[in-house]
Amino acid sequence: MAAGQLPACSEARTRRHTPGYLMDHTATADRPPPGEPRPDPANPAPLILDGVRKTFAVDKQELTALDGVSCTIRPAMVTGLIGPDGAGKTTLMRLCAGLLTPDAGVIRVLGFDAVREPLAIQARIGYMPQRFGLYEDLSVRENLDLYADLQGVEAAVRPERYRELLAMAGLEGVGNRLAGRLSGGMKQKLGLVCTLVRPPNLLLLDEPTVGVDPVSRRDLWRIVYHLVEAEGMSVLLSTAYLDEAERCAEVVLLHRGHILGHDRPENFSRRVAGRTWLVRAPLPKRALQRALSRDPAVVDALILGKAVRVVSREPGALRPTGLPAGDAVEIVEVAPRFEDYFVARLKDKEADREMARITLGQVAGHGGQEVIAVDNLVRRFGDFHAVDRVSFRVRNGEIFGLLGANGAGKTTTFRMLCGLLPISSGTCSVAGVNLRTAAAAARARIGYMAQKFSLYGNLTVLHNLKFFSSAYGLCGTRRSRQIEWALATFDLGPFAATESQRLPLGFKQRLALAVALMHEPEVLFLDEPTSGVDPLARREFWAQINSLADQGVTVLVTTHFMEEAEYCDRLVIMAEGRVLAEGTPEELKERCGGDRGGEATMEDAFIGLLETGRQARGAA
Amino acid sequence: MKPGSLLRLRGLIRKEWLQVIRDPSSIAIAFFLPLLLLLIFGYGVSLDAKNIRIGLVIEQPDDISLSFAGGFEHSPYFAPVRFTSIQEAEAALREARLDGIVWLRHTFGAEYRRGEAPPIGLIVNGVDANTGRLIEGYVQGIWFGWLEQQAERAGRQLRSPVRLEQRIWFNPQVRSTDFLVPGILAVIMTLIGALLTALVIAREWERGTMESLLVTHISVEELLLGKLIPYFILGMGGLALSLLMAHFLFHVPVRGSLWLVLAVSALFLWVALGMGFFISTLFKSQFVAALAAMVSTFLPAFILSGFIFDIRSMPPFIQGLTHLIAARYYVAILQTLFLVGDVWSVVLPNAAALALMGLLFHGLVYRKTRKNLQ
Repeated sequence: MAAGQLPACSEARTRRHTPGYLMDHTATADRPPPGEPRPDPANPAPLILDGVRKTFAVDKQELTALDGVSCTIRPAMVTGLIGPDGAGKTTLMRLCAGLLTPDAGVIRVLGFDAVREPLAIQARIGYMPQRFGLYEDLSVRENLDLYADLQGVEAAVRPERYRELLAMAGLEGVGNRLAGRLSGGMKQKLGLVCTLVRPPNLLLLDEPTVGVDPVSRRDLWRIVYHLVEAEGMSVLLSTAYLDEAERCAEVVLLHRGHILGHDRPENFSRRVAGRTWLVRAPLPKRALQRALSRDPAVVDALILGKAVRVVSREPGALRPTGLPAGDAVEIVEVAPRFEDYFVARLKDKEADREMARITLGQVAGHGGQEVIAVDNLVRRFGDFHAVDRVSFRVRNGEIFGLLGANGAGKTTTFRMLCGLLPISSGTCSVAGVNLRTAAAAARARIGYMAQKFSLYGNLTVLHNLKFFSSAYGLCGTRRSRQIEWALATFDLGPFAATESQRLPLGFKQRLALAVALMHEPEVLFLDEPTSGVDPLARREFWAQINSLADQGVTVLVTTHFMEEAEYCDRLVIMAEGRVLAEGTPEELKERCGGDRGGEATMEDAFIGLLETGRQARGAA
Repeated sequence: MKPGSLLRLRGLIRKEWLQVIRDPSSIAIAFFLPLLLLLIFGYGVSLDAKNIRIGLVIEQPDDISLSFAGGFEHSPYFAPVRFTSIQEAEAALREARLDGIVWLRHTFGAEYRRGEAPPIGLIVNGVDANTGRLIEGYVQGIWFGWLEQQAERAGRQLRSPVRLEQRIWFNPQVRSTDFLVPGILAVIMTLIGALLTALVIAREWERGTMESLLVTHISVEELLLGKLIPYFILGMGGLALSLLMAHFLFHVPVRGSLWLVLAVSALFLWVALGMGFFISTLFKSQFVAALAAMVSTFLPAFILSGFIFDIRSMPPFIQGLTHLIAARYYVAILQTLFLVGDVWSVVLPNAAALALMGLLFHGLVYRKTRKNLQ
């Protein structure tokens, strides 16, 4: 019902395409200082930053979060603040909300100075922090009442406003439920609703869509579009998902505290126009990708289903070398995406990183035998089924994905497969060993990389390697050989004496992977390995994973990034502890993508599955 | 007052209240812990020595030595055990089955009758020095009593140049419960005021709710009052519960005015809340805040407030330290109000010290609390 009242996304999109101030710009070249829009006296800019600098003192070291940031956010539209983790997005949001004071520069929010008049700003804006502070032991209704009181909403208008907001968020009928008992997506929507109890003039949303299932994510976007359309609200929304850039009217691209650009998303993409291709060839997809990424004319090669998406260095026809000759290679030009520009731009900026290829000392056997067999796996916590009758099989040398939102049961499944959590019922075996009877024996044959950095931060890289090699039972020459191998393969040699907590994020991840691989496991478990990592580091990491799989290591990976599902050979889509579907990426997109069929994205497939599930439950 | 201030305050207080009711750990700290402490200190812990296990070694039981021993049999302080030889008794003392030995040699009766002033041996287990001294005193009491009794029986006065007429004022039965219970009130108020408050504020930081609160246009005053008022009410509730228990369960007298007790308690609670707020401005994780509150407020309220351990018998340095402990002043006032009455010369200076500490803490909190995440 709620969906019917709201304008479809497409309406909001058409509005963005109406001729605007930027249409006269030539979009291909990098324009001089981008996106300083002319002031419009009738509709002043809700947010102006000028030369903003912010540093934090961490362990007596000065850390620059934002450095000379200037930009002007335009009214009545969605501006996306886009950048990887650590770019300074949250700091910028908090500065705008008057929660932090800048070291230098001026921030004007709705005409007020953020340093001198934070209260005046806070009375007029809505701000939703990354982890919105819902009171989990209060009901939905009581949370709304609290924020209505705090924002001074008159009692008379409340029932109508509540009804409207809850309908918009699809939260009707849960008013008396405790906020702590809502699903992740519902909590996020309730958080948004709480900041909207009194309609703000400017809405600041800090990563509202992180880890939220695609349906709730779509709902959140629908609400944001509605606010812009119906109430003329100005919205600044930060996100680490590059594919969300295309949903914004304008994008501010933030990287390591600097603004790399401020423009319409399509103008960003247009700068790599003529350089984006889809390559198909009679090769396994990982071999094809490896061949293409070695080509000097190629900036970026990314697996997309069975094909590989390529960004070339120069516009003009792509003639890849190192591929089988003849008609078998099919190269089609495709529309550029925001991410293409982002990656191309960053790769220009940074020294070319050589994709590390991991060579294991001992190569596991090839062949299609089953390595992991999971049957009706169940894990209960009280009367809550975290994992509910999950079954799947993984063959040797496969990359197998578990795709789902936060709370779908991926990590719980993993922990049971690694023998870290007892199984409530069902069976599972890893490398032929039943985990219910011989968890320790199975553990010797698997490597596990946890979601959080779980090595000793105050030990050096070398000490971590030494400790974990002994913990895995390596000794003597084998141990020293494997430590040598880890330092060499992962380029950790120069950091051997560095405390591991001081490593850059990408190197921390290499160390974690090195530790997980030192005892040469047959099966590698990766739990959300790429969350919080920038797109370049993510590509590098996947190149390493691919080379492992090519050597016959079986890889199980969980992710909530839809695009990463494309890199898997096969995957299951999970929600609320259950497996919704299993198959190759292509099969899933075709089978579950609704009317879009083969053209569908993984996200379409996911949404299709969730909605079919909901309808089935509604009918029952 | 700014417009909408009352509305915001009401919202905050209602939220806090709902959280207390729904969160078992708040209830545990506000009601269950006080109850437990009162029961332990009311029934369990007593500083009086009762049923002291004393070994009576009577080598030659005759009417003289038995009448002396009878004094121990009838005393409520002693639970005597008879031995026939000093060796047995000494062995029992070494094995800690006895707290002391009274030793009458086989010549006691005969020598007494001859007027030769026979010795009475007293060996006290001095491991627990406090109880040791108590035993010494009690035995002397029994000895004097027996001498008087013997003199009376012989129809003459016990000849002594002076006579001690002793009275114990304010607590004639010397019940330690009567002064422990007022002291425990200070501990309970510290628990609710400082520990619970520091904990709930740290929890708001941990769960991220503080960031959402700060960005609404509430002022620092509203934010602080929104915490102060509910926990003040909760603390006064805890006090009422404790007072009722003290009166009906433990029969502790309240000789001063009840209103004065309430007023002083309100003052102390305000100081404790100030300390809790102060801790929460320094530490933003529940674990550290709880530890800091324990070490800086709760334990000192136990050890350094003079409620169990007499401040005057502490070394001078520690005595100086106790002046920084708010509970010290509150305990002094409460023990006076409960057992003596409205003695203004005790109440006023101590209350002034409390007020000063309260102003100090709340001033610091107000200065340090900023509406940002810096």
